[in-house]
Amino acid sequence: MTGVRVLVGTSKGAFVLTSDGRRKQWEVSGPHFGGWEIYHLKGSPADPDRVYASQSSSWSGQVVQRSDDGGRTWHPVGNKFSYEGTPGTHQWYDGTPHPWEFARVWHLEPSLTDPDTVYAGAEDAALFRSDDGGDTWQELPGLREHRTGPSWQPGAGGMCLHTIVLDRSDPGRMFTAISAAGAFRSDDAGVTWRPVNHGLQSEGIPDPDAEVGHCVHRIAMHPSRPDVLFMQKHWDVMRSDDAGESWREISGNLPSDFGFPIDVHAHEPDTVYVVPIKSDAEHYPPEGKLRVYRSRTGGDEWEALTEGLPQRDCYHNVLRDAMAVDSLDECGVYFGTTGGQVYASADAGDSWAPIVCDLPRVLSVEAQTLP
Amino acid sequence: MIRVVLPAHLRTLARVDGEVQLSCPNPVTQRTVLDALEARYPVLRGTIRDQVTGQRRAFMRFFGCEEDLSHTSPDDPLPGPVAAGAEPYLIVGAMSGG
Repeated sequence: MTGVRVLVGTSKGAFVLTSDGRRKQWEVSGPHFGGWEIYHLKGSPADPDRVYASQSSSWSGQVVQRSDDGGRTWHPVGNKFSYEGTPGTHQWYDGTPHPWEFARVWHLEPSLTDPDTVYAGAEDAALFRSDDGGDTWQELPGLREHRTGPSWQPGAGGMCLHTIVLDRSDPGRMFTAISAAGAFRSDDAGVTWRPVNHGLQSEGIPDPDAEVGHCVHRIAMHPSRPDVLFMQKHWDVMRSDDAGESWREISGNLPSDFGFPIDVHAHEPDTVYVVPIKSDAEHYPPEGKLRVYRSRTGGDEWEALTEGLPQRDCYHNVLRDAMAVDSLDECGVYFGTTGGQVYASADAGDSWAPIVCDLPRVLSVEAQTLP
Repeated sequence: MIRVVLPAHLRTLARVDGEVQLSCPNPVTQRTVLDALEARYPVLRGTIRDQVTGQRRAFMRFFGCEEDLSHTSPDDPLPGPVAAGAEPYLIVGAMSGG
């Protein structure tokens, strides 16, 4: 392992941050696609030089960019995201039927084994797949056409499919999460899907056994233990030990169980990271203190990680896709804020330092461990 | 030749400087101009009008000869000076954002 590349999507372009294995000195490249919203960019686990980026704007719609040299140069690939068949309706905010309309790609998830295969999570919620490096996209309609689809409602950010989790041990299994429909699992490579939300309790849903309607913010898995999932929900941090069949709350002693990102240590499957946010109405850290919380026990018991992070007057948010880990021997942890800072820890969260302080609003952070 | 002016973001995306000059079959309409533009620069597909419906994207506007053509039929003939290349066809991102 020689180094790390951190891919940062912001509201005004993409940035590529690179360092050697010590992760003390960083080279900053960007902005790429200046002026455009970069919801997400992510490298292929099978080929770190292959990177995909979702570029969009309210004016000019969706563009997908691909790099074959680790983010140094880019070229646009296909951007036609067409729903299969005649899309029906989902529910609008007021409960009325609303036609499915493509807005943007929130998340790109490259295949674990094939650099040319990549999944895209879209708003309005749908899952697309490309097998030709992003040149063409086909919907996997079984998710959107699930019998519960007409009852899905958007969250405040839109009805977005924002999380795609692949299982290294089972090529057929994948998880997605949709705000505000919930978590879904496929066991046949995305052809058919079922909700996996049993045990989620959501304020505003009177039925404690509601099959859908949960505002899942993020799901994380350690590749060595694919049946264990960690979830940051709108409120509540949750854990499943049976691949989503059931969930239990692990918020424990967190100062707030509201938040967006959640991630797992690269080498310790029971070490989990979250960033508590005060509330859904106050999207900033409690007490103005930016604290990452780490559990080394798979949840319930959490410790505040504060060294190097602002402990007064900090009122930024950390968005759902804006935290990542590398897989160097001493696990690195990274996150970006809506205030434009990207923080790095080269010691699994014990201490932090900013890589950059004044970027646009950070929408996503991904880390690539370079060979 | 039809002269087309793109907004800055789309000039960057298409990697062009200044105006784009296009040959366009008669009758010269917004649809035929945009078809020719997208044929020359495939990366612009979907950025000015929706790829599936063909509808103008909500925050894009079309102008020619000081007229707002955004709400006219895409199959109406463009003003004579635009069709003749004396005046440019302007594709403009709507002002927004404060």
